[in-house]
Parts: sequence; C-alpha cells; structure tokens
Amino acid sequence: MLEVSGITQIFGGVTALDSVSFSITRGDITGVIGPNGAGKTTLFNIISGIYRQTAGTVTLEGKDVTGLSPDRLARLSMVRTFQNIELFGSMTLLENVMVGMHTKSSSGLLACALKMPWSIAEERRIRAGAMKWLEFTGITDLADHTAGSLPFGKGRLLEIARALAVEPRIILMDEPAAGLNSQETLALAELIKRIRDLGITVVLVEHDMELVMDICDRIVVLNLGRKLAEGTPREIQESPEVIAAYLGDDD
Amino acid sequence: MTRDLLLFACFSLLIMLAPQLFTGGYLMNVLVFVGINTMLAIALNLLLGYAGQISLGHAGFFGLGAYLSGILTTTFSLNPWGAMPIVALVVGCLAYLIGFPILKLKGHYLAMATLGLGVIIYIVFNETVNLTGGPSGLSGIPNLRLGGIVFDSDVKNYYLIWVVTLMVMLFSINLANSRIGRALRAVHDSDVAAQVLGVNSRLLKVQIFALSAIISSLAGSFYAHTMTFISPASFGFNFSIELLTMVVIGGLGSIYGSFLGAALLTLLPEILRGANDYDIIIYGALLVLMVMFMPGGLVRGIPALYRKIVTRRGEAGHA
Repeated sequence: MLEVSGITQIFGGVTALDSVSFSITRGDITGVIGPNGAGKTTLFNIISGIYRQTAGTVTLEGKDVTGLSPDRLARLSMVRTFQNIELFGSMTLLENVMVGMHTKSSSGLLACALKMPWSIAEERRIRAGAMKWLEFTGITDLADHTAGSLPFGKGRLLEIARALAVEPRIILMDEPAAGLNSQETLALAELIKRIRDLGITVVLVEHDMELVMDICDRIVVLNLGRKLAEGTPREIQESPEVIAAYLGDDD
Repeated sequence: MTRDLLLFACFSLLIMLAPQLFTGGYLMNVLVFVGINTMLAIALNLLLGYAGQISLGHAGFFGLGAYLSGILTTTFSLNPWGAMPIVALVVGCLAYLIGFPILKLKGHYLAMATLGLGVIIYIVFNETVNLTGGPSGLSGIPNLRLGGIVFDSDVKNYYLIWVVTLMVMLFSINLANSRIGRALRAVHDSDVAAQVLGVNSRLLKVQIFALSAIISSLAGSFYAHTMTFISPASFGFNFSIELLTMVVIGGLGSIYGSFLGAALLTLLPEILRGANDYDIIIYGALLVLMVMFMPGGLVRGIPALYRKIVTRRGEAGHA
C-alpha cells in the first residue's frame, strides 16, 4: 500500500532521519513509535508532502509519489491529521467537513458564483456527505457550532471526520490520542478500528503505548532517526533493542 | 439559502427605491460613488476577508480598468460595451500572471509586493503621457449608451451603477457560500490543513486574485464612463488604503459589510464637510473608535450594539 525507502532528512547539519525504510500493508493499522526526537513527525511530514526529503522515495499503491504536494496526495487518496489539530476555526463543523469533500466535487468558480443547476445539486450532495461523516464520528449534534469553540477532544473527532470526507484509502494520524483523557482515548481506539473496517489503511504516530499495543497490527520503532525494529506488538514488546531504547542501556 | 435570497431582494428593493426618497443631483452623484466603491470593496474582501491575502495595490487594478477603457474608447474609438470585457480580460490575465510569483509571499511581504505593484501602475499612468495624458488626465471619455438611453445624468448613472453593483454582490454572495468560498476560508484559517484535504491553495489564491482584479477593473471601466474624465490621482496608494479601510471597517469576510464600509467611508467626508477644518480629525477619530469597539466591523458591530441596547432596556423594564 505505502512504501518508504531510504528516507533521509538533514536539517542544517543535523540528520533527523537516516535511511528509513519500511512498507505498510493494505488494511492494517500500523503504529510508528519511538522516544521523543526519534523523527516520527518529520517522517509523517515527508510522507504527506509537507517537507521535501534530502533523499529517499515514497511509493503509494505502486506509484512513485516522492515530492508530490499535499493536495495531489489527497487526490491520490492519502490524507493526514495533525498533532495540534488544524481546524478551520471560523467555520462550522459541517462546513469543516464539507471542505473535506473538495476533491469529490468539481464545480468551478463561475459555476458556483452563477449558481448553475449542477453546482446546486453538487452542493446538496456535499452537505449530505458531510453529515454522514459527522454521524460516523458522533458529533452530528454540534454540526452548526463554530469549530474554534470546540473542546480539544471534539476537535480531534472533527479533524478525523474531515479527513474521512476525502474518502481516503490511507489515513496518517499524528498522535491522535495526544491531549485526550482516558475515556476519550478508549472511544478513539474504537473509532480507529471502525475506520479500518471501512477498508482504510491507518498509520499512526503515537506515544500512548496502551493504545498502540491494543489496536495496531504492526509497529515500526524509530530511534534517533533510524529504524530500530519492526513487527507485531508482541514482537516489539519482547525486543531487547526496543526495551533498551525506551528504558536506557546499562552500559 | 432562501433567507439569503430574501435579504438580497429586500436590499435590492431599497437600493432601487432610494432615488425616490432622496432628491438632489449632488447626493445622487455621491451615491454613484458608493456603488463603485462597494464593487471595489467586495473585490478586495474576496481576497482579504475570504482568502486572507492582503493587497495594498488594488487601486492599480481599478485604474487599469479605467484607463484601458478610457484609451480604447477615445484614442481607438472602440464601443464602450465592447471594450469593457476586453479590458477586464486583459487585467485578469495580467493579475493571473503576476499572482503566481507574488502570492507565494505571505503577510508583510505580500503587502509590500502588492504595494509596489500599485505604485508601479500609478507611475505608468503618470509617465506614459502620450497614452494617458499624464498627470493632467484623460478627458472626453464617452458615456455609456443602452438602446436609446445615454447615461449622462446622475440619476441614470445611479441606476446603471447599482444594477451592476447588485449583480457583483449576488455573484460574490453565491461564490462565498459555495465550495470555492469554503475552500478560500479554509486556506485563510489553516493553509496546510486545506492542502492536506486536497485544496490546491496556491492555484486558488491566484484565481481569486485574478477575479478580484477583474471586478476592480470593471468598476474602473464604469467609473471612467460615468466620470468621462480620469486622472492618476484617483488611483494612487491613498485610494488602495481607503479600500482596505472600507473592507476592515465594514467587516472582513462579509459582502454586506463591504457595502456598509464603502457607504460609510464615501458618505462620511460629505457629512463632515460642515465641520470645516476639523473634518479630518473627526474622520480619523471615528475610524479609530470603530476599530476599537467594533473589531468585527460594522456588519457584526451594529447587531451586537442593537442586542446590547435591547437587553439593557429589558433590564430597565424589570427594575
């Protein structure tokens, strides 16, 4: 589904990522973990087209997508969420999700401004589609609220709903549980599983180990910009290198 | 949706009835300017209030519309109605080409670049004397004609300009409430999130910049044909700032706000004319107060003020 190979990122003189390679299987929930500064978010920013890497390639469904812009990647069915949720604060929840339908609609500037019949029909379809995703994430009752005034947990759900509206085949989530309380984290775990059940491949960067071990099919461990280990949650938990990286070496 | 339409219908009706309520040629003349300024404020608001991209050079696009229409219909004797779309297209293409490099810039840098653009256009008006007449202006621009009507009086021009302005308003309201309008606001709120969701924010910014220039150019063409005389002084940096003030005072991201801002800033100097030398001080002080107490602009500030008064009355009634 998604393959990264030889990803290297050098900021100034600092090597943030050093030749990281792994591949992600369709339909899996894959967790990318590692201590702070391991390069997880940098890796996400490269895969999602926000940074341009120093070296290495990203392949999405067999197609080389290295260096493509985020909007092109969205059209190729890859979407992401952010650690510090990036909502459209002045817009309602419904409108936020409607923006997610952008690639699934096509009325141009003139058609919209002149209210052509097809653009009116499309607008209706966009609204209905957006409502469906608000329902999926359980925030329909807040549809007409302004996104800027949402509590953090609901904001996270909105960001996910908005990303799903793109109808992605793969979704990258950057620390989806950050800032959530334990109850919200449990609900998030259920939501992520339901997203996978829709046939969407999920990749997440996460610090909450309980969540990662609970929902992930596979885990990739990064440390100091290198891939340290890769495997099932069980294999990772038993890996001596991983334990050393997290708890510190004796020597 | 129907509420929007009803509001627009009521607004249009008021505008069309206004000449029956107010008489006097001079006032009509000022109201023609309110119309032209409303178009310009809307054009800038689409860029600034919706897409969040500043321009300090919009008087330049306004001037290009006016001068190109003026030159084509005098020196080259083209039909005004024929020249207008050509002019709008030329200005739109120009803005589109300039937009790609310029809109890569953000914030203060974009402000500086657009300011420079406006200044360059202003200098061109002044220096190409053979074409534009230079600082002494271009005169003898023909009035517009439609059927047997020649738009040569203030009242006739009022109807002409306001029909066009209302069309621009409806066009912009529809646009603002569509997927394009949402994408613009999304880019404004979080550019990166908009891109991740598939919005080509760079292209969209350039498109809206070009559309904004086209509307400004149209306003310029109508200005030239109603005034029949134009000079560079009307299209300088000062006027770009005045347009910006209209948009902010009226309310960013609101089409009706642009009307309110344009109306206030056009009418205020006329109202203050009686205050002799103090008019500039009062004008400035009013603007400062409005920005302080109505940061959302008139379009949000007036309803808030009204609600405040109503609740205070209610409390007084209970006591």
